Amino acid sequence: MTHIIICLLFLVCELNHSVTSVFPESSLLIMLGFILGGIVWGADKAQTFKLIPTNFFYYLLPQIILDASYCMPNKLFFSNLGAILIHAIIGTCWNAGTVGIALWACYEGGAMGNLNIGPLQFLLFGALISAVDPVAVIAVFEEVHVNEVLYILVFGESLLNDGVTVVLYNVFDAFVSLGGPKINAAEIIKGIVSFFVVAFGGSFLGVVFAILISMLTRITKNVQVIEAGFIIVLGYLSYLTAEMLSLSAILSITFCGVCCQKYINANMDEKSVTTLRYTLKVMANGSETMIFVFLGVSAIDKNIWVWNTGFILLTIFFVVIFRFIGVFFLNWILNQSRLIPIDITDQFVMAYGGLRGAVAYGLAALLDEKKIPEKNLMLGTTLIVVYFTVILQGITMKPLVQWLKVKKATHSDLTLNGKMNNRAFEHILTAMEDICGRMGDNWWTRHWNYFEDKYVCWLLLKSDARKHKDPIFGAFHKLNLEDATKYVTEGERKGSLDFIRNYDSASVDFKKKLALEYGDITPYITGIDNVPVTSVMKNPIPSVSLDIHEQDRKSLPDKLSAHHLLDQHLYKSRRDNRPTYSRSHYNTSENPDEMQEIFQRTMRSRLESFKSAKMGVNPAKKLSKHPKKDSTHKPNGKPADPHRTHPYGDEDFEFSADSASSSEIAGHFHRRSTNTPGAGVDNPAFIPEMDTSPPMRNPPWQTETGNNTAVAPSQRAQGRLPWTSTNLRHLALLRMSTRSTDSFVMADASLDEEAPEEKPGTHHTRL
Amino acid sequence: MGSTSSTLLKIPNVEVLMQETGFSPAHMIRLHDRFKALDKEGRGHLCPQDFGAIKELAMNPIGDRIIGAFFCPGKETVDFHTFVKILAHFRPVDKNRPKEPNSPEPINSRSNKLRFAFQLYDQDKDGKISRDELLKVLQAMLGMQVTEEQLESIADRTIQEADLDRDDAISFEEFRKSLEKVNIDHKMSIRFLR
Repeated sequence: MTHIIICLLFLVCELNHSVTSVFPESSLLIMLGFILGGIVWGADKAQTFKLIPTNFFYYLLPQIILDASYCMPNKLFFSNLGAILIHAIIGTCWNAGTVGIALWACYEGGAMGNLNIGPLQFLLFGALISAVDPVAVIAVFEEVHVNEVLYILVFGESLLNDGVTVVLYNVFDAFVSLGGPKINAAEIIKGIVSFFVVAFGGSFLGVVFAILISMLTRITKNVQVIEAGFIIVLGYLSYLTAEMLSLSAILSITFCGVCCQKYINANMDEKSVTTLRYTLKVMANGSETMIFVFLGVSAIDKNIWVWNTGFILLTIFFVVIFRFIGVFFLNWILNQSRLIPIDITDQFVMAYGGLRGAVAYGLAALLDEKKIPEKNLMLGTTLIVVYFTVILQGITMKPLVQWLKVKKATHSDLTLNGKMNNRAFEHILTAMEDICGRMGDNWWTRHWNYFEDKYVCWLLLKSDARKHKDPIFGAFHKLNLEDATKYVTEGERKGSLDFIRNYDSASVDFKKKLALEYGDITPYITGIDNVPVTSVMKNPIPSVSLDIHEQDRKSLPDKLSAHHLLDQHLYKSRRDNRPTYSRSHYNTSENPDEMQEIFQRTMRSRLESFKSAKMGVNPAKKLSKHPKKDSTHKPNGKPADPHRTHPYGDEDFEFSADSASSSEIAGHFHRRSTNTPGAGVDNPAFIPEMDTSPPMRNPPWQTETGNNTAVAPSQRAQGRLPWTSTNLRHLALLRMSTRSTDSFVMADASLDEEAPEEKPGTHHTRL
Repeated sequence: MGSTSSTLLKIPNVEVLMQETGFSPAHMIRLHDRFKALDKEGRGHLCPQDFGAIKELAMNPIGDRIIGAFFCPGKETVDFHTFVKILAHFRPVDKNRPKEPNSPEPINSRSNKLRFAFQLYDQDKDGKISRDELLKVLQAMLGMQVTEEQLESIADRTIQEADLDRDDAISFEEFRKSLEKVNIDHKMSIRFLR
């Protein structure tokens, strides 16, 4: 019955947005709980509906954590992991210690009257009240859209501090049982060791389950309908297992969700992913609602209330004060080494957002009355602290954020310019870091990515998922499908689908979305295949723009196609997607094919300019392209022979700066002699002293010194590096001679005949 | 500390440099060491060869342009002064710097960072990024699968987005405007150069 009432009232509240804009949902639910509790109390004279700790910890909490961790922005999380851990561990210990000691000091000072309490019990109370609660944080911060960094810091802290809380609670509980005198150094050391065991054990268990889940999704192709169910069950299992082993269950389920999301999203069908996401959300929301209502209901119980003004007020006061002190102090330390220091306003919100919630209540309810005679007092105080933080701080959070002008979450619609420039900046920064020679951050991340590519993905991803590992590809595909359906819907709306079949008369006059005269749309109806649209539409750049639903800001189709293109094809820099304040991990997938390609291009362009300098030919402005050569870089499987002297680079030679030369490799050799202006002419400028007047792009650094380590390939390119010492010297010799360009051609030809012609693009061997 | 000051003295004009760029003495020493390490033949200045020796730069699509940015037009060598000045562009912005009214803008100001990036695009130094220059950059940064037409359409679109005075080229002001919302301070700063 309660549940029905809850659902109905939940719906009512949802509909009434004006109320929810002021009161966060959680506080409304608590008040609802009060009312309900009042009703039940009035009916039964006893509180039959209480939040029993077991129910809470086993049935209500896990879903919320699983949902939160599954939807966690991983990059952000791991890049701020240092800060999060410091706050979670040190911050929580600080809170627990200071609150406990301060309360005890006040007790000794007589501020609370007569209580049957000892210092250890104060510490225990401090431990259970110090934990920032993930449920409350989610509930309140959901309404207030602060910037991602701030959110992840508070939220991450609330998740990871469970390890500390559990340990502290258990340790102090044990101490209380032992009694004061028996505590000696051995016990304390045991306590510290138990922290490491609990925390790391819990996390490790979570990772193990993540691996299990990922491997499971590899083989569930035939039971896709219930794939989502497997994951929920296994996630819950990780929670229970950790609980059973007395490890930190929240940490376990958190890491399970965090680690497996990438792989299961890749392995599972899109529909399953959607199902999973929605199911988790439903369960999490339901649990959250129930938790808050129960929190309210539990208050209406005469039996538990022991009112001690001093205790209660002092608790609230200390909790708030020490939270602020702790946060500011720790952030000050962190800011010394972060690239992007945390703003003071952000810090304030962080401190203010240290909400206590149901976890604290659950832990308080678990207290043993025999050991702790003042359990009811603590319980009552905990409830009041929870109400204070959730209701009061929750309500005032939004106005506070607005007043402080905290940076909100940015929903920037990136322009093409922005995208291109962002990528360019990444490349620039990577280059600068290389020039500076400092590789601190990159070392770890590169090795992790290498490890991941080589072993982890092989183990955890399905074979076809592995091929399409690029997340951009998935997004591209999805957007393409969306485009296609919208295109068709629009066409149907306008009346006829004729234009799809007949492109010449594509005179459908859709309303232009933006005030742009230039609507170059190339709708990718072809979908995944990267077949250039020119094959589909006769007019490569039609002046049609699709009219998409006005409300949907994001679907600006005239931009979308260009966006897709950029997204899919921009070379990834090593810093790809890494926020620059990262200190450690980021997840790039260094594509060896891409690197090889870039390397070849660079070498090619250097050779071109070197050659043109020698021949006195200016490189043409328009560069040659290879449109259809390689739509996909298929792994060749051919083992690279490092000792083979490829005339590889000489093939590149053929792609001279002539604009006219096409990408046809087969015909290149013949064409070249006809296309190159002045090829047959004895170029008087072609004398050895040419190399002393190098233009900027002249790559004498490759040939002159004969220093073959000049362009030492990375470990990846090693096996496939076309340039070997013999080739380089070959070129140097050629250049030094006064032979005419004809002989050059002949030299190239001879080199070329040596080895079979291969398309440069297919040279790659997948690592 | 004695060794640092003596190392510092070895660098010519180090005080002026530190003032101009805002680097601390420790950074100057580190950069000097790096400069010397790059300068394999001990000539006291770098040439493109030395930059080419950095293997990762070959993997960078715009690596050659960046190398080129170090060399002033006409010169073929980079001395330590220029080296440090270019790197100073990437210092994180100093928010607490007092704003002296008459001092020149610091090298790592937002505007100067943008100008550095602009110059990478604008190879012929005419103050505008023409369509061709944009095409070249896009070509360098995009993979092989992109056709000529697609590339051109992207370039056209890009220019159109930013080009406000319809001259089919992006001037520095337009460039700056198009990147208004982008946090240049983050995107063009390297942490360990602070």
